[in-house]
Amino acid sequence: MSTIHLMIFLPFIFAIIVPLIDRLSKRKVHTGAFVLVVPLVLFVYLLQYIPEVVKGNISTASFSWIPDLNFTFTVVIDGFSLLFGLLISGMGVLVVLYSIYYLAKEREALAHFYVYLLLFMGAMLGVVFSDHLMILYVFWELTSISSFLLIAYWYERKASRQGSLKALLITVTGGFFMLAGFILLKMMGDTYSFRELIDQADELATHPFFLAAMILLLIGTFTKSAQFPFSIWLPDAMEAPTPVSAYLHSATMVKAGIYLVARLTPLFGGHALWFWLVSGVGLVTLLYGSWTAIKQTDLKALLAYSTISQLGLVMSLIGVGSLAFYFREGPLFTIFATALFAGIFHLFNHSTFKGSLFMVVGIIDLGTGTRDIRRLGGLLHLMPITFTVAVISGFSMAGLPPFNGFLSKEMFFQSMLDVLEIDVFGLKTWGILFPVIAWVASVFTFVYAMILIFKTFTGKFHPERLNRPVREMPFGMLFSPIILALIVIGGFFFPNTLSKFILQPSLYSLLPEAEQRGIGHISIWHGFTPAFWLTVGVVLFGILLYLTQRKWRNIYHLYPKKLTLNGLYYGSLNGYERLSYRVTTSYMTGSLRHYLLYIFTFLTLVMVISLIRNGNVTVTVANNHPVAVIDIVIVIGIIAAAIATLLTNSRIAAIVSLSAVGYLVVLLYVIFRAPDLALTQMVVETVTTVLFLLCFYHLPKLEKRLEPVKFKLTNGIVSVTFGLLVTVLSILAFNHKLFPPITSFFENSFELAGGKNIVNTILVDFRGFDTMLEISVLVIAGLGVYSLIRLGLKERDTDES
Amino acid sequence: MEILMAILIGILVSIGTYLVLSKQMLRVILGISLYSHAANLLIITMGGLKTGSPPLLSEKEATFTDALPQALILTAIVINFAVTALILVLSYRTYKKHGTDNLEKLRGNEHE
Repeated sequence: MSTIHLMIFLPFIFAIIVPLIDRLSKRKVHTGAFVLVVPLVLFVYLLQYIPEVVKGNISTASFSWIPDLNFTFTVVIDGFSLLFGLLISGMGVLVVLYSIYYLAKEREALAHFYVYLLLFMGAMLGVVFSDHLMILYVFWELTSISSFLLIAYWYERKASRQGSLKALLITVTGGFFMLAGFILLKMMGDTYSFRELIDQADELATHPFFLAAMILLLIGTFTKSAQFPFSIWLPDAMEAPTPVSAYLHSATMVKAGIYLVARLTPLFGGHALWFWLVSGVGLVTLLYGSWTAIKQTDLKALLAYSTISQLGLVMSLIGVGSLAFYFREGPLFTIFATALFAGIFHLFNHSTFKGSLFMVVGIIDLGTGTRDIRRLGGLLHLMPITFTVAVISGFSMAGLPPFNGFLSKEMFFQSMLDVLEIDVFGLKTWGILFPVIAWVASVFTFVYAMILIFKTFTGKFHPERLNRPVREMPFGMLFSPIILALIVIGGFFFPNTLSKFILQPSLYSLLPEAEQRGIGHISIWHGFTPAFWLTVGVVLFGILLYLTQRKWRNIYHLYPKKLTLNGLYYGSLNGYERLSYRVTTSYMTGSLRHYLLYIFTFLTLVMVISLIRNGNVTVTVANNHPVAVIDIVIVIGIIAAAIATLLTNSRIAAIVSLSAVGYLVVLLYVIFRAPDLALTQMVVETVTTVLFLLCFYHLPKLEKRLEPVKFKLTNGIVSVTFGLLVTVLSILAFNHKLFPPITSFFENSFELAGGKNIVNTILVDFRGFDTMLEISVLVIAGLGVYSLIRLGLKERDTDES
Repeated sequence: MEILMAILIGILVSIGTYLVLSKQMLRVILGISLYSHAANLLIITMGGLKTGSPPLLSEKEATFTDALPQALILTAIVINFAVTALILVLSYRTYKKHGTDNLEKLRGNEHE
């Protein structure tokens, strides 16, 4: 257990303490103020690793978690995991700070919120720092669960519950696929360690499981990163409080899938399918998200689709970047390593501007009481600071200078254009799609960014459409988005500082060969390159589309509502529910007899099958002891009495024949030299008979058996086969003594326990505790009988009164 | 003797099963009682039958019957008595409450 382990567990430890703090502080101070310490400490702690990763050092620490299974919790801090660690803790600081103002301490369940948030923070750190696949998986699912809890934070709303369920179902199902992929990886490389797997990447590429593992892992990552067609959970996840949306559903958790894809690229990169799946799905997601975002009227929904589309952008860049593993050298390597770098760069930029935009929307929501674009407008003068932040972040999202989004967008265009240069993987024919889709989607991105900024802040202000007077929020709430906006600007003017300390080390940890070529230099001005002209085209067309919106918006209505992915999701969910209800009710009838029939049939089947499989059913009479005439008489008597119990329709006859069985068993005990048993059985049989008589007096008479023949036949068959089976089993059991008897030990009862009756000494000395517990059973049963009768009396009293 | 006992046990279990599968609660209780006899006989058969004198050290004989199954059965008999008493009262209560002892009618609520 090292300090870094402790740091990962710090959020978990704090999650335990938070409810206590919440209780003790009596909400005089916002609980978030205490929680703020955690990400702050983490952030400062992780900062000190920057010099290490710049030098190219990888810090590791392990401690053995489950030694028997070879589960070692190895933490690896390299450039890429540190980038994520800094994002998680840095965004964590800002989001917690923001949440202090967002969630009113007077009425919200703050303890719940922060426990879930800390749970997420720890889980996410675990995901990015773990080297062990299974441990990574555990943390991965923990992020899904904490996301579920956070989306359902306002659980009294139906939409929250639905949204959280959807997110959970989709991400956890994807997680199962990923688990299968991890298991395949382990079977391929015989190790759970990520780094060891990557070391043997070349051998694994020819393994028969290679493609299966790839597809399974990609499904897991695509569900988490909301890639098309799994993206439908993300818009519904917007039911979560806005800090959560800013943190989990734009800056960190949804990037876990991208993290894993990038991590796996050294393993799968260079393969055609990997390239096409990652970049293809990324591009489709990019287009789908940006196109759908335009039609949204809810600001958060707009941002959700925008996030989907931006995640697709990063995914496609990483897909294109995977070509660097195909061209191990030459100029093409440089080109595609730069694409991978652009992906990492945009991933960082997206966290900054999208995080800040979410916070802006949260501020608008709190300030005006609505997030509906149709009701908003003209907030420019009422919320000037918010407006400034929105412009900075929104323009960055649209890819305009002087903001960091411009730089990564240019690099994105350049990478997509570079795809045209090569003719592997069928790119000669299809490669043209890359820049086209990228450009079209960027136009849409531009349009929705403008909608977000100008529809809310400019135009006519309509106070009559709002429920409350509009005001600018306190500075504390604006602090976090302002910081992010400053990073957005700083990222444009000093991109190479960022690159040197954070982005380059993370690229080099994925692609060590890139270091010698010094890839990762960002130039603010490339000259009049094709990428630049693409941006100019985006702006021109974007403005045109924005201004003519009214004329073409109706296109959205052309698509039938029933054919959407959501329709498919709800349709199949309802279908499953109905199906499982029908299946369950078909066998869970509520009838005791049916359940018993299942049990007997199952038992019989299992035992018959195992008897047949193991064979060796031999019956010998060699071990048997002689049978006397009296034995046969008693046995026949018992059988006759039992049959009488079965057949009679009179209560008294049933009781008497049952007692006859009991007393005849007493005789058997006598023959078997068991005096204690005979005595006890005699006493108990007598008392039981009295009890039966007493109870039967109150119970209804035995009815004639008027059951249908089928009923009787089923019972008959089941009971006869079961009886036969017991006979066979008892003969077998008697003939197979696996161990020598231990009774000889107890025959020293006089020396050991001072008693001459062996049975008695076993009961009271050797197995005294058993007997004590037996007596407790008697006491419990007695109490049960007593209270059942008393309960009856009381009810009768109340009935009469 | 052991084979004979095995057959007896099988028949008792058969009849017990048939009774347990009946509609009427009383018959189910009767079936359970038969089960317990079968189980006890099974245990004592497993220890071997008629192998010596009763397990009392005062007897002069050198071999005794296996005492361990007897101790187990002794516990079983007593517990079985307690359970029977409880089921009897339980079925009595059920009958009083629902006015029927037909298990096909006692299926719980429709929406639990």
